Amino acid sequence: MATTDRRTAVGTGVGFVVILVWCLLPVVWILSLSFKGVDETAAGSPQFLPKDWTLQNYKDILANPDFLDALRNSLGISLIATLLSVVFATLAAYAIARLEFKGKRVVLSIALAIAMFPVVSLVGPLFDMWTAIGLFNTWPGLIIPYMSFTLPLAIWTLSAFFREIPWEMEQAAQVDGATSWQAFRKVIVPLAAPGVFTAAILTFFFAWNEFVLAISLTTTTGSRTVPAQMSFFVGPDPFNPPYGQLATASVVVTVPIIIIVLLFQRKIVSGLTSGAVKG
Amino acid sequence: MASIEMKNIVKKYGDGFPAVNDVSIDVADGEFVILVGPSGCGKSTLLRMIVGLEDITSGDMVIGGQRMNDLAPRDRNLAMVFQNYALYPHLSVYENIAFPLRLKGDVPEQEIDTKVREASKTLELDEHLERKPGNLSGGQRQRVAMGRAIVRDADAFLFDEPLSNLDAKLRGQMRTEIARLQKRLGITTVYVTHDQTEAMTLGDRVAVLKRGVLQQLASPRQLYTNPVNLFVAGFIGSPPMNFLPATVEGNTLSLPFGSVEISEERAAKARDRGLLIAGIRPEHFEDASVVDTRGGTTFTASVDFVEWLGNESYAYIPFEAPPEVTEKLLELEKDLDGDAMRTQMVVSLDGASRITEGDQAEIWVDTSKIHLFDPSTGENLTVDAGNAGSSPALEPAHAGGAHAAQ
Repeated sequence: MATTDRRTAVGTGVGFVVILVWCLLPVVWILSLSFKGVDETAAGSPQFLPKDWTLQNYKDILANPDFLDALRNSLGISLIATLLSVVFATLAAYAIARLEFKGKRVVLSIALAIAMFPVVSLVGPLFDMWTAIGLFNTWPGLIIPYMSFTLPLAIWTLSAFFREIPWEMEQAAQVDGATSWQAFRKVIVPLAAPGVFTAAILTFFFAWNEFVLAISLTTTTGSRTVPAQMSFFVGPDPFNPPYGQLATASVVVTVPIIIIVLLFQRKIVSGLTSGAVKG
Repeated sequence: MASIEMKNIVKKYGDGFPAVNDVSIDVADGEFVILVGPSGCGKSTLLRMIVGLEDITSGDMVIGGQRMNDLAPRDRNLAMVFQNYALYPHLSVYENIAFPLRLKGDVPEQEIDTKVREASKTLELDEHLERKPGNLSGGQRQRVAMGRAIVRDADAFLFDEPLSNLDAKLRGQMRTEIARLQKRLGITTVYVTHDQTEAMTLGDRVAVLKRGVLQQLASPRQLYTNPVNLFVAGFIGSPPMNFLPATVEGNTLSLPFGSVEISEERAAKARDRGLLIAGIRPEHFEDASVVDTRGGTTFTASVDFVEWLGNESYAYIPFEAPPEVTEKLLELEKDLDGDAMRTQMVVSLDGASRITEGDQAEIWVDTSKIHLFDPSTGENLTVDAGNAGSSPALEPAHAGGAHAAQ
């Protein structure tokens, strides 16, 4: 038994290492690139770790007004899209989970259909529409499509969470003197918090990383987001792209994502409803 | 504090099925009334109609002199304890209890604190106030749910099978606790249960329901000694009342194990009605050798099986019954949520009795306690109407209808 246990442990360890290397090697490569000077990145066969560690790339990128604008756009657009999407999704999911109304299945099916619709095929029509109604190259021009692509997933996730919450919770609140709105706000939403945070994170990731719409529906740094802006980092020499700068920009835009995940992962604890009812 | 009057309450669901049918119950101010019945009898639905979680199809729900049919739950000022407690898991015990007070919006923080501490002291929750419900035991959760009810100065308490999730020992303790609390606060209480021990021990009066119809509303003693029909007779009491085929000729009652003499008064009510069902509670039998046999009759029967419990023992005596009686008893058993019953009689004997399995035993029966039921309607022919509380079957206007309905 003991030998099998140890072999299992060793096997698990080896598996972990392989997966970690597989997943993290590109990330480490980008990190290391971001600390290399121009000479090193332009060299024919660069070594993995920088010879001379330098922060020059970070200084440059944070002094680049285009990048800062794009970062501001990314943050603003992603946060607004996330907020609106979560608010609408919460209300919609609650209605779907709790109320009986005609066309409930239709709403859910359409939501699912939208989620499966390929983004690329909408670029053309959206471009025409946005130029016609003046949303082209604006924040709302990106926020609206981001919301419509993330809402379905958020609604599905949240309605699953709402269904898990026992009816009695709300009824107890109503008997205790709450209006439907108070019961929703003070009892249901706190209980659905893990679902709300999950939906928020998914939405934020989508908006933060989205490239196709961002590059097609914007023209200036007034509304261009970071993924789109990074494709404009060409540098003076077309045959020598500024790898260091690109890598640094990637690191910088990854940081907010890591912070958000670290912040929210504590909130995403399952079993928050334990103790509510005998179970 | 308030009285609750239910007048001809009907609840029909979408498919037209009446879950509660023409139920009228008056609960006096400060009274403890139990709604009891097998599952699906509409007792919980009735309770939820009182509190406002279910719409009332027709009839009047009058609480404290005011018709409440169309009021939202929050406007009725009633407190309810749910079967699964329905505590708010994201709030501490303190906040759970304070929740109803905070919702009122105009209660000063200091008053909330005083009331919560008072309730927690009453329920011995002081050391748990800062904990979350998830970390509490079943009994503690139950007490928190009650705490949430008592801080409110509600007009009435409503309990929906509050003890069914607790283990047997805790259930006994909490039962006493609830009774004590209710007596101390003197608050009108409606309590739903399917457990007849809770029904008998807690209630000032007990309402027995069957398939949405009120069978009898009476004190526990009246229900036990004077059931109005077979259903109530079979539901109240453990082990249940024995039902035997019987016929009455003159003053002689013929039972499967022999004939016994009954009083003229009882015989007159049941004479010339053909085949009847006699109901005799197990404790109205006794081993003839350990009892003074005057005031009853003895008979000899072969005992199939004996369960000795120390203070008493149960002897099982099989008997033959004609098909119409067997059929009626099967139907009754189905109404009572039971399994198909053998036609056997349970006899409660004194612990000192030496009767064992396979014996031909001489058994004494207290003939004054025998009830006689009409097999077709289930009606108790020998009921003491003045001492049986109220029942639709006892009201002259309804009597004919009740017969027709069954």
